[in-house]
Amino acid sequence: MCVVCGCSSAQSPGHDHHHDHADHAHPHADTASAVAVDARGDLHYGQGEARVSVPGLSQARTIRLEQDILGENDRHAAQNRRHFEGHGVLALNLVSSPGSGKTTLLCATLRALRERYPDLPLAVIEGDQQTRHDAERIRETGVDAIQINTGKGCHLDARMVADAYARLPLHQALHAAGHQHAHDHHPNVHRHVPAPRPTGPAALLFIENVGNLVCPALWDLGEAGKVAILSVTEGEDKPLKYPDMFAAARLMILNKTDLLPHLDFDVQRCLDYARQVNPQLQVLQLSARDGSGMDAWLDWLLAGAPQADARAARIAALEAELAALKQSSSEA
Amino acid sequence: MHEVSLAGGILSSVEAAARQDPFARVSRLRLEAGKLAGVEISALRFALEALAPGTLLEGAVIDIEEPEGQAWCLDCAVNVPLVERGAPCPQCGGFWLQANGGTELRILDLQVEDH
Repeated sequence: MCVVCGCSSAQSPGHDHHHDHADHAHPHADTASAVAVDARGDLHYGQGEARVSVPGLSQARTIRLEQDILGENDRHAAQNRRHFEGHGVLALNLVSSPGSGKTTLLCATLRALRERYPDLPLAVIEGDQQTRHDAERIRETGVDAIQINTGKGCHLDARMVADAYARLPLHQALHAAGHQHAHDHHPNVHRHVPAPRPTGPAALLFIENVGNLVCPALWDLGEAGKVAILSVTEGEDKPLKYPDMFAAARLMILNKTDLLPHLDFDVQRCLDYARQVNPQLQVLQLSARDGSGMDAWLDWLLAGAPQADARAARIAALEAELAALKQSSSEA
Repeated sequence: MHEVSLAGGILSSVEAAARQDPFARVSRLRLEAGKLAGVEISALRFALEALAPGTLLEGAVIDIEEPEGQAWCLDCAVNVPLVERGAPCPQCGGFWLQANGGTELRILDLQVEDH
């Protein structure tokens, strides 16, 4: 059966058959209001021939687009990224399922950063379907936060982030600073922005995505990296169940480790699963509640969220192998 | 249901194409959504059909090609088929894989009618 019109033409789905229905004329005129879910691919508008290959009959033509479906989002993301990088802002996209402790971790992180580097500018963009609860929790730490409510949306997109970032005091401060110099978006023009350390980011922007381990994987927001947060109260096989997210992440944080003594969570198995979908994934284990492991997370942030250098690791492993071979051959 | 957002993006691209090179409707829309692209094909189809009425896509046949997943195995130094993320290299059984095919998410072309 033809999946296009339901006719009994004996061709397989995904085919290229002519849709003129010369052999079994059926009414084609009144379909303007008839498109429903079950009217899959209703071709009844095709009064003539829909194929370019029939000359003289058709006004049909083909427009080649070859466009990425996410192209529009990616353009906004690239703009965000230029903006962030130009101002030395380290932007991170925090993703997880609901209830992993993202907001608690974020609040603890902000407090710790405030304590360690009081001059380091911080800001948060909070994504949820509704309510301002999370942004309010963030603001209680003294850090500026903007809430994005996506309504029915299941993820943030790059344009939402651009809109929110433009409204953040962090952006205005960095921009004002930038305009005192030639505004060439070079990191060095912002020397007077309080720099707590000789290198590292001039500011940190945390984008807390909607709690959802599926959809946000596809949307680039212009971040330096995605940080996937998984709590030990979830299954250790979540990286395998939601592989797209863990494949897209740069860092996985295993949160709520203070609860491990009460659970049957197999940490090693979880890490193995995670590396199975993403061999370059970096992992930190911590508890936002009791503070253990937080220092390593702060160090990672202040180092500018470094990428795992897979090639260097690979070269080191091969050199070690070579050295072992040399040694065994010289002994022989 | 990010497929609804994707469908919206596809419709915007179609409308942008129509502004550049006007046409009356799309009779066939050809998409490519690789097996590793993170898209549920039936959900994408559903979303496109739900959005189509009253737009240039109304009545369009939607063809979605699904290129197979492929990855570079760092251990074998060769491209291997990857049926899903998290699957091992079919040659060495290892997981040092870098997906490099089947991640496409693109509009290929539109067959359009001018009247």
